[in-house]
Amino acid sequence: MASTTIVPFGPQHPVLPEPIHLDLELDDERVVQALPSIGYVHRGLELLAERHDYLEMSQVAERICGICSFIHGQGYCQGVEHLMGLEVPPRAVYLRTIWAEISRIQSHLLWLGLSADAFGFESLFQHSWRIREMLVDIIEETTGGRVIFGVCKVGGIRKDVDDETLQRVGRRIREIEAAYEEVARVFREDPTVQKRTAGVGVLGAEDAYALGAVGPVLRGSGVVRDTRQLGYAAYGELDWEPVVETAGDCYARCEVRLREISQSFDLIAQCIDRMPEGKIDVSVKGKRPQGETMIRLEQPRGEVCYYLMAKGRKNLERFRVRTPTFANIAPLVQMLKGCELADVPVIVLTIDPCVSCNER
Amino acid sequence: MSWSWLSISSLVTRSALSRPATRLYPVERREPFRKTRGHVKFVVDDCNFCTICAHKCPTRAIVANKKEKTWAIDHSLCILCGNCVEDCREGCITLSNDPWPPMEAKEVLSFRKDFELPPA
Repeated sequence: MASTTIVPFGPQHPVLPEPIHLDLELDDERVVQALPSIGYVHRGLELLAERHDYLEMSQVAERICGICSFIHGQGYCQGVEHLMGLEVPPRAVYLRTIWAEISRIQSHLLWLGLSADAFGFESLFQHSWRIREMLVDIIEETTGGRVIFGVCKVGGIRKDVDDETLQRVGRRIREIEAAYEEVARVFREDPTVQKRTAGVGVLGAEDAYALGAVGPVLRGSGVVRDTRQLGYAAYGELDWEPVVETAGDCYARCEVRLREISQSFDLIAQCIDRMPEGKIDVSVKGKRPQGETMIRLEQPRGEVCYYLMAKGRKNLERFRVRTPTFANIAPLVQMLKGCELADVPVIVLTIDPCVSCNER
Repeated sequence: MSWSWLSISSLVTRSALSRPATRLYPVERREPFRKTRGHVKFVVDDCNFCTICAHKCPTRAIVANKKEKTWAIDHSLCILCGNCVEDCREGCITLSNDPWPPMEAKEVLSFRKDFELPPA
């Protein structure tokens, strides 16, 4: 009987920005199986929803994650609006869509930088983050915050963006897109990127579907499923198609994200062109949420589900979030089986693990 | 045969010859954007101590006392959500776009209204 060694990976590891622990069972240098364990950054935000006012809770919901903060706030607000039967004005819906897409681009650029860092391409890491910085400046100019947007509220948005600023943002987005294409070309053409990612951590379409993968992991394996197809916010009125790659390896997941960034630039331009006039919020004075609902949104990392239950009081009865990282841990364990120890950091990063998000 | 340095070489050469993308932060500062949420400003003379701001603060960073006519904000607790600004009827709380400098210790700013002019 061949003896195996167990090597602990994480929770503190140079490649991991956040703590997740994997017990890697190795036969020589090859991974036989990986056992994940989580729970290092649990904060109890779901319980907080049962104690806080439902209006204040939108600010807490945004703090579930630092990178996809806006979409968490948007999901919570959409859920409460659904419970209260509110119709959000179209201008607010379009501005929410723009901010969601900007946050998708900056999240993907952050991930591209981290993955370049994981396979040892430092200058590419710095260039990805240089471009991300330009987007963070747009976020600050339009919302006032750099990481936490703080503009989404139940019933609409807090701050309007005037048309002049929108046009300026539209022009800047085009400039950033041109700068991004240069970096994307390196990801696509550079042989070092190809060598570290192509054919590594392959996940077949059937496995991805059966294990419940979401987001770029699922689409990188050739399954056409993007929650934005549900048509929430303004996505039903925009022209776009889900980005799909069929190879199922780390390179395919990287390519999905690269193409999604270009698509998001296009979606932002479409939203700016079609921006409706009018109010940005509706009053919620004297109303209370009642009933239960389930809301699904597409985050940069994949599908996120919110379950909200309210009984007409000022706080919610139950708030539950299922984040994309949680759904992607089971496919990750499958991908790690049979890979080399040196490839583990790259494979772990390709699911874009957001552990704080995962543990709420 | 492909050359690994070719695809990034133009990018790297241009970066090496151009100005740095970063700033020498404390010396060189960027003008904050108009909407930037920098810090909460308070003008004690306009306040009528209704304490709505303290009730609306999600982190309880604001403590206001109607009897003593005092108002205090803990900048290490404030998350700059702007709830107090939106709910202030007297307009004495505003959001400045100048970011609060990094703190070495917990900073609580306290205000007390000492006297009030009799109504005209």
